[in-house]
Amino acid sequence: MNIQHDLYVLLPELVLAIGAMVLLLVGAVRGDRSAKTLTILSVILIAVSAYLSMTIPDGTAFSGAFVMDSFARFNKAVILWSSAACMLMAHRFFDLERTARFELPVLMVLASLGMTLMVSASNFIALYMGLELQSLALYVLAAFNRDSVRSSEAGLKYFLLGSLSSGMMLYGISMIYGFTGSLDFHVVARVLAPGVQTGQLIGLIFGLVFLLAGLAFKISAVPFHMWTPDVYEGAPTPITAYLATASKVASLAMVVRAVVVPFPSVFHQWQQIVVAISALSMALGAFAAIGQTNIKRLMAYSSIGHMGYALLGLAAGSQLGIRAVLFYLAFYSFTNIGVFACIQAMRRAGRAVEGIADLAGMARTQPALAFALSALMLSLAGLPPVAGIVAKALVFLAALDAHLYALAIFGVLTSVVGAYYYLRIVKVMYFDEAAAPFDRTMGWSVAAIAGIATVLTFAFVVRIGVLYDTADFAARNLLK
Amino acid sequence: MSHLLSIITFLPLVGALLILAIRGSSGTVARNARWIALAFTVADFALTVVLWAKFDGSTAQFQFVEHAAWLTNGISYHMGVDGISMLFVVLTGLLMPFCILASWESIETRVAEYMVAFLVLETLMMGVFTALDLFLFYLFFEGGLIPMFLIIGVWGGKRRVYASYKFFLYTLLGSVLMLLAILAMYLITGTTDIETIIDTAHFSPALQGWMWLAFFASFAVKMPMWPVHTWLPDAHVEAPTAGSVILAGILLKMGGYGFLRFSLPMFASASVSFAPLVFVLSIVAIIATSLIALAQEDMKKLIAYSSVAHMGFVTMGIFSLTHQGIEGGIYQMLSHGIVSGALFLCVGVVYDRMHTREIAAYGGLVKRMPLYAACFMVFTLANVGLPGTGGFVGEFLTMLGAFIHNTWIAIFAATGTILSAAYALYLYRRVIFGELVKPALQTIKDLSLREFAILAPLVVITIVMGVYPKPIFDVTSASVANLLAQNRAALAYDHAPPKLAISPSVRPSRRADVRLPDASVQPGHGELLGGIAITSVNGAP
Repeated sequence: MNIQHDLYVLLPELVLAIGAMVLLLVGAVRGDRSAKTLTILSVILIAVSAYLSMTIPDGTAFSGAFVMDSFARFNKAVILWSSAACMLMAHRFFDLERTARFELPVLMVLASLGMTLMVSASNFIALYMGLELQSLALYVLAAFNRDSVRSSEAGLKYFLLGSLSSGMMLYGISMIYGFTGSLDFHVVARVLAPGVQTGQLIGLIFGLVFLLAGLAFKISAVPFHMWTPDVYEGAPTPITAYLATASKVASLAMVVRAVVVPFPSVFHQWQQIVVAISALSMALGAFAAIGQTNIKRLMAYSSIGHMGYALLGLAAGSQLGIRAVLFYLAFYSFTNIGVFACIQAMRRAGRAVEGIADLAGMARTQPALAFALSALMLSLAGLPPVAGIVAKALVFLAALDAHLYALAIFGVLTSVVGAYYYLRIVKVMYFDEAAAPFDRTMGWSVAAIAGIATVLTFAFVVRIGVLYDTADFAARNLLK
Repeated sequence: MSHLLSIITFLPLVGALLILAIRGSSGTVARNARWIALAFTVADFALTVVLWAKFDGSTAQFQFVEHAAWLTNGISYHMGVDGISMLFVVLTGLLMPFCILASWESIETRVAEYMVAFLVLETLMMGVFTALDLFLFYLFFEGGLIPMFLIIGVWGGKRRVYASYKFFLYTLLGSVLMLLAILAMYLITGTTDIETIIDTAHFSPALQGWMWLAFFASFAVKMPMWPVHTWLPDAHVEAPTAGSVILAGILLKMGGYGFLRFSLPMFASASVSFAPLVFVLSIVAIIATSLIALAQEDMKKLIAYSSVAHMGFVTMGIFSLTHQGIEGGIYQMLSHGIVSGALFLCVGVVYDRMHTREIAAYGGLVKRMPLYAACFMVFTLANVGLPGTGGFVGEFLTMLGAFIHNTWIAIFAATGTILSAAYALYLYRRVIFGELVKPALQTIKDLSLREFAILAPLVVITIVMGVYPKPIFDVTSASVANLLAQNRAALAYDHAPPKLAISPSVRPSRRADVRLPDASVQPGHGELLGGIAITSVNGAP
């Protein structure tokens, strides 16, 4: 393949990369007062990139290291929508905090670039490059509130544990390379296809374990979740939203491609690992969240649990399973964006508040916001008539199809436990005596994001055809 | 009107949206919300009456069917009613306006939200009884938890938070297992269409057992059956009056409806093999909860326990798998829906005046409230199952069905009738009779016009249901006969699978054609107790 074709396939990413450089230059020249312009420009960049991702035909670039297919396209759509929403939220947030700086949109564009590379990577080195680009930008973003101890701590913690996991992952990748002789997903699959020899199997399993351990860290699956609550709590709210949505979607999609494509012949080996971390994540997400008093910490445990449910689909390993993962990620990201938009609206006397108790009686002071947050919470709990139930049903369907009966039953039982703490938010807002109302400083953009997420939560149940078909098509394409 | 069911289902939702759109001072909003809620529930009730009038009782086919594409192949928006579900739609429509009226003065805070919650709840309840797709059913069935959670939690009594959580989590735990069974059915048959699954799908006996248990987990909690009934007394005690009425009147009926709609026709052999379990639980419920009811000091709690006992009769009748038992079960659910709803309304009347439900705080009310005492008496006697009231017909038929199936079950169940007389009359004596000695009661007022307007129609319905049950049996008879035919055909299939089966999961339709030429010439249908003569339809086992 010639270089023009390669660059053409890579166009959506090139737009982001070159755009980020230009924005950086503009910012360097004009300083922090250009933050607003830069935010608008970066949202436009994201939109252009998303448009290109949707329109460019399937293809591969750089000897198969980068692939553009319907699976990548689906995830890019979810990632870029989440990124754009988080950028708007972040701008509003730092504007209110009076700490708006021009680096913010630039870093977010770079992180988004890393994410789109991750979901398109079809080679372990490409995967690692995308992952590190994303991670480096996110480390800085987590510590972006540099005057706050908690934010700095979050950034440092994220950085240290993130580097450790990257190291483990690299080690796993090197083992895989050593025992198969390739880094390309498809070549690895071809090498393993005739059958795995005993000596090779042990080495491969070691490699897989390290790879999955590193990847599990990125999606904060138990037992590699320890960083999540602290980082979620410490990072500025819109950055938490970004970590919880776009980053999670990219990482999980990457996990799916990195195990399903190269390792179909050792399916049973990696299935065991995925089943175990899925069950542990669902359980921890459900039980550990019960005692939380800070809503961002609560959402951290909630996201651990949700990764468990999504991994249930991966554990099935089938087309149904991957379709379920994709659908789950889409549902999860727009719901979480909505939740964090609501959390961002929690400000009193010019300061952000994060306690669950601060929501008390919000149904009386801000009924619309309370309704939106309740609908989103119930959706996360997997209760009808909102979207969560459809996503959960698809995951459990895949698990039953793959004969993972015990895991499916375990999953629905933990979802009942999980329902308790989601309901607690509803209870606090509706049953308790009203506390002082929040500042009316939500801003139209954040209000619109919360509104869109809420409308989608209901619309999803009425009409899911397009999303369902696209996810199905993408899953079939990946397994081809 | 081909969209009648959708209109009935979603009309209350329109009312809810309208209430949300009201602006103005809180007094205006509250007043308008009440009137809008009343108007929409009355209109919805009128539509359910139209539904009944247009319903053809001579066929067991689903009527007023609506079909539209929804999620994906095999999961569609499918609505329809047959003789089993139609009357529950009417019952829901009937009770809702009374609930709104009962809350007219007793609910003073957040009136608009209260009315919205009730209207949304009505939509979801209607959907449960009209949905003909498992997934759609599940959405309505589970969705109903949320407004009820809010109704108990926001407008409830002192321990409302505890009660609302308990109600929600108990019911959810049962339902999620049902969801898994629904998904398994979808995997096997490729559809969640209830009609298609009943007609064509067949599950292996082992799988049936698991699915039956999963559905049972959900319906047994909802019903509620002993020993998973403990959420009910808490929920009833804490819920506002109208919430209790809906809980006892409609929500409990969803369990029995679920057994009839899903368990019996879809998992026929599992229903037969698990029937002894159901009988044991029903008998324990009938006897044990009646004894518990005797010891209660709180009026609402007493009625709540009596509900558990009465639902024991329903499950017993349904799983006797006889025509009388099932018709009796349906009749018992309908009459209990009205009688227990009315009893909670009666408790609400005195609670609004005295703000206590302690039985000991009352006594001698007949002196100051003769009208109230009369209404309360009718409902108490109906609760006991006195002949001439709605309660008798259902209890008698369920016991008859049980008797045909197994004499001992009927004997144990009959002791429950005696106990129900004991606790109901004991309650009545302590509250209504005796000396009017409590100083606080000296000035208590009799029923207001609004309260009388609520209770009087219910008195009439209770008595009419007791002396003239024919209109109801006209509706249910053909569908129940069909249900039993389906059940028997499925059993026969399980015991002797045809050797030339085309595919293990598909077999010829077993929807029996029981189209009766004319309901009025059906043997025994004109008689006082339609059920007795229907033995000929049922035939010897």
